Amino acid sequence: MRTTPVVAPGDAVSTADAVDRGPRTPRRGVAKHGKATPWLFLSPYLLLFGAFVILPIVLGGWISLHRWDYTLPGRPFVGLDNYQALFDPGSTIYQTFWSSMRATGIFTVASVPLLLVLPLLVALVMNQRFPGRNLFRAVYFAPYVLGVAVVAVVWRYLLDANIGLINYYAGLLGLPDGTAWTTSTPAAWVALVGVTVWWTLGYNSVIYLAALQDIPRELYEAARVDGASAWQQFVNVTLPGLRPVLAFVTMITIIASANMFGQSYLITQGGPGRETRTAIYQIAETGLRNFQMGSAAAMSYVLTLALMVLSVGIFWLFRERKG
Amino acid sequence: MRTSRTAVRYTLLVVLGLVFISPLVFMLITSLKTRGDATGFPPSWIPNPFSTQAYESILSAPGTPVLRWFANSLVAALANAALVVVTAALAAYALARMEFRGRNLVFGLIIATLFVPPVILVIPNYLIVGELGWLNTLAAVIIPTAASAFGVFFLRQFFLAIPEELEEAARLDGASPLQIFVRVVLPLSRPALATLALLALLANWNDFLWPVYVLFSPEMQTLPAGLSTLQSANAVRYDLLMAGAVIASVPVLVLFVFLQRFIIEGVSRSGLKG
Repeated sequence: MRTTPVVAPGDAVSTADAVDRGPRTPRRGVAKHGKATPWLFLSPYLLLFGAFVILPIVLGGWISLHRWDYTLPGRPFVGLDNYQALFDPGSTIYQTFWSSMRATGIFTVASVPLLLVLPLLVALVMNQRFPGRNLFRAVYFAPYVLGVAVVAVVWRYLLDANIGLINYYAGLLGLPDGTAWTTSTPAAWVALVGVTVWWTLGYNSVIYLAALQDIPRELYEAARVDGASAWQQFVNVTLPGLRPVLAFVTMITIIASANMFGQSYLITQGGPGRETRTAIYQIAETGLRNFQMGSAAAMSYVLTLALMVLSVGIFWLFRERKG
Repeated sequence: MRTSRTAVRYTLLVVLGLVFISPLVFMLITSLKTRGDATGFPPSWIPNPFSTQAYESILSAPGTPVLRWFANSLVAALANAALVVVTAALAAYALARMEFRGRNLVFGLIIATLFVPPVILVIPNYLIVGELGWLNTLAAVIIPTAASAFGVFFLRQFFLAIPEELEEAARLDGASPLQIFVRVVLPLSRPALATLALLALLANWNDFLWPVYVLFSPEMQTLPAGLSTLQSANAVRYDLLMAGAVIASVPVLVLFVFLQRFIIEGVSRSGLKG
């Protein structure tokens, strides 16, 4: 039996294929399947995958090279003009685009550390055995099943500057009770990050918890025998055991934070001004409200490229510390 | 010593639990208030009087057809989940059990897209969906998101763990690959299929950005897009907004209460890669 390693496209595929090409002896003389069978099984998925994942990635690049206005008949080829405009401080789109990239950057930098650390703390507590554990786990996870629209509409109310619960309780505790959570910065960033932590904490916790439960108990026992303190056990047993999952969670959390949309759209409407209008929000508005699709496609390529560079950096970071 | 540590732990857990639950409770309470009560200050935890006014008024308002949104969401989520499970299961089985040239390439390509930021697909998919004539129809929210890379990964892992002898026996009895898949593999995979279906259902029910832009007339919207419409039409009518939020939450919360094992299991598996 052969196991299939996860491979990146173009990576060692030719050698694997060379192995496939060798003569195969069907087990017990029964042909497993015809040559076309695997492709018939794959075809419904590949049809969707090709049409709505692969084709768009390529088509997006093509669109970004045109002045592609959905409402106009002509779509002239303009080469790299759309990209040039994004990097030309004199162009009108420059200000709009980089202010949205800045918003995405602020939100990502502020939210990712919290979304990595707080769920880990919760998972560490939940990893101990105690009655009612599954109930608490379910409670902490519950907001995640609601979706961003419900979460944002509810929090828009709780954060209302005049009649919201947050300011009311802040006042009872003797804190400032007139904070304009949805219409001023930096309060709006605190609100957007806080709501996102509330919404998705359970998701990362559940992933961490599963990984914690996979760390062999013997490792902790051995560390304890060696006289390791709780902190030393965490640093020398827990963290190394979590490394692959930590890398994965960091990646998906950064991608999720960099694609923040609903919270800003419904809680702050991108305001005050355009301060909390994130890049994906700006891309959607430019491309799908104003129908300047060439420009919007160029923006999404720049954002994606930035995220991919970041991802490679993260992979490298987690690789380097190995061993 | 030991009991006091337990007491501290439970206090923390309960306080944290309240942080997560109370906004949802307050949403429900506010939806049962009258218009004036909902915007009164200080905010109260008991409706005075209890009122179903908010529900009656959003259910009858012509600009915000909540029942239609509910039906749209239900149809879209069920159809999308079915499509995700069927296509991912067939593909995952081929990738787990069949030998063919290009298998590693196909699998690697699918896995690579797990890390592609969704933003890159938005603009071109709008054009593709437009070309297909699907804008402002439910097909736009059912079909383009159905190619689930996670689904293929998740089910392939599950299929690989099934002992091959069972399929071998069926093969010797003369069953075709499709018969083996349907009669042997699928019945053994019910928990995994249920988990994937639930995750797809939740994701589709909750999807926001895409429906907001592709479903533009009120009667075609799904609940999340509808909530956005409801909010722009009634900026500070919190009684109405909370009633809408409750209607959008109840089905998924009910699913979660009864099937949370599958949902949490599925999410926790998504981290166990490689």
